[in-house]
Amino acid sequence: MKTVVSVIGKDAVGIIADVSAVCNECNANIVDITQSVLQDMFVMVMLTEIKDINCSFADYSGKMKALGEKRGIDIRVMHEDVFNSMHRI
Amino acid sequence: MINLNDIMETINMISEENLDIRTITMGISLLDCCDSDPEKACEKIYNKIIRLAGNLVKVGEDIEREFGIPIINKRISVTPISMVLASSGGDPVMYAKTLQRAADATGVNFIGGYSALVHKGFSAGDEALIRSIPKALSETTNVCSSVNIGSTKAGINMDAVKLMGEIVRETAEITKDRECIGCAKLVVFCNAVEDNPFMAGAFHGVGEPDCVIHVGVSGPGVVQAALKKCPNGTLGELAEIIKRTAFKITRMGQLVGSEASKRLGVPFGIVDLSLAPTPAVGDSVAHILEEMGLETCGTHGTTAALAMLNDAVKKGGVMASSYVGGLSGAFIPVTEDAGMIAAARSGDLRLEKLEAMTAVCSVGLDMIAIPGETPAEVISAIIADEAAIGMVNSKTTAVRVIPAIGKAKGEELDFGGLLGSGPIMDVNLTKSPKKFIDRAGRIPAPLQSLKN
Repeated sequence: MKTVVSVIGKDAVGIIADVSAVCNECNANIVDITQSVLQDMFVMVMLTEIKDINCSFADYSGKMKALGEKRGIDIRVMHEDVFNSMHRI
Repeated sequence: MINLNDIMETINMISEENLDIRTITMGISLLDCCDSDPEKACEKIYNKIIRLAGNLVKVGEDIEREFGIPIINKRISVTPISMVLASSGGDPVMYAKTLQRAADATGVNFIGGYSALVHKGFSAGDEALIRSIPKALSETTNVCSSVNIGSTKAGINMDAVKLMGEIVRETAEITKDRECIGCAKLVVFCNAVEDNPFMAGAFHGVGEPDCVIHVGVSGPGVVQAALKKCPNGTLGELAEIIKRTAFKITRMGQLVGSEASKRLGVPFGIVDLSLAPTPAVGDSVAHILEEMGLETCGTHGTTAALAMLNDAVKKGGVMASSYVGGLSGAFIPVTEDAGMIAAARSGDLRLEKLEAMTAVCSVGLDMIAIPGETPAEVISAIIADEAAIGMVNSKTTAVRVIPAIGKAKGEELDFGGLLGSGPIMDVNLTKSPKKFIDRAGRIPAPLQSLKN
């Protein structure tokens, strides 16, 4: 399954590196990345394939959340179906 | 990849605008739990609920975590207990305690179905169950009860209406040391639906499969935020915005419902297209009406605004789900809606206006605190009025009023949590409907043509 990792917060050096490091640590494959600055906020969305991750989904999602808390930014991991079903007919 | 703005919109709906799945409700038939020994019947009920719903809360939490959408409540509805009672006998309260035990073991926050369907008359088990409601609700915490006293096809059973006025009062009396909370778990219906996922009125109808998953969505805050972006639009434009927003909200319900059904190995029933408020700021149906241009909810124009909102929610939601059902529409529970609470406190929202509003929305006079001195016949008359609206308009209506024993107009009741708090509203106690209610009998079913 694919998950959308969304990162929203104040721009700073190394955010992408830190998020990618968690992906690497959990063996999640980054399929696509897009980023932008909206209303002074750094917004990055990463599509990751997690079928081969080496931990549970809860651990993967928990590590991302902990990273977000450490950096004072909002990081969420959500199943891609949420977005597909809401925005595509 | 999915558009960045779409992703941001969804995340914003969840984090800022209170989008959530209000409830996943598992409906369980208890028709195969009857036994000539009532204690054995209760054991069968307990075992069946645990077997089917043992995993419900865990699956709900797993989906919540993976999909990132809050699922506020996990609940169970069962076959009206009066039916099991009719064939198995025994003390009805024993069945309520069995349901409570099952709720505790599964971890659900409400279990509905301590119910009786008496729209044309009482059959074995019905009256005994109804008379046990006050005791059952006072001795349990998570069991919900409902009674259907009328329908478009059968008319209104005024014997039951009279009895329910007394039962509502008695339930308030017996739980008066707990803010009369028993009445918050008791609904009196006309045209009750069999697949309702919302409490307190959920029960598992006899036409339903053995076990089924229903979902109720929410999102008044999302609709309000969408309307805020169109301050000068025409009402037609607002209707379009509401439809589009309702579509998106309902898609979440459909996704969560089908995922829960797959993981639990239980058929998917329906999505209830609803706008269900909570006392939280930014989660209010009244505030949507105010966003549409009313100075306050309850003023003239409220019924028209609510009618449009209710219709647009359904139009938008219908295409988003494969099966739609339940109560479907905007709920207007007074103590559970920050905007309604404020309007009731200021005196702008009155019982008469709420009654008019129920003619165009889901469901009825809901979560309304009334003076403790209100006599049973007045409560019966309120129920009869509301049932008449439902019967004539072929829609579900309901009454969930809470007589605040020992308190008067202007004071407040505070239930806490999702049930909220609110002021005791004014009821016309100067003139009595006692003779009308005491006549009892049945109001015949209405004509279905010559509709004026």
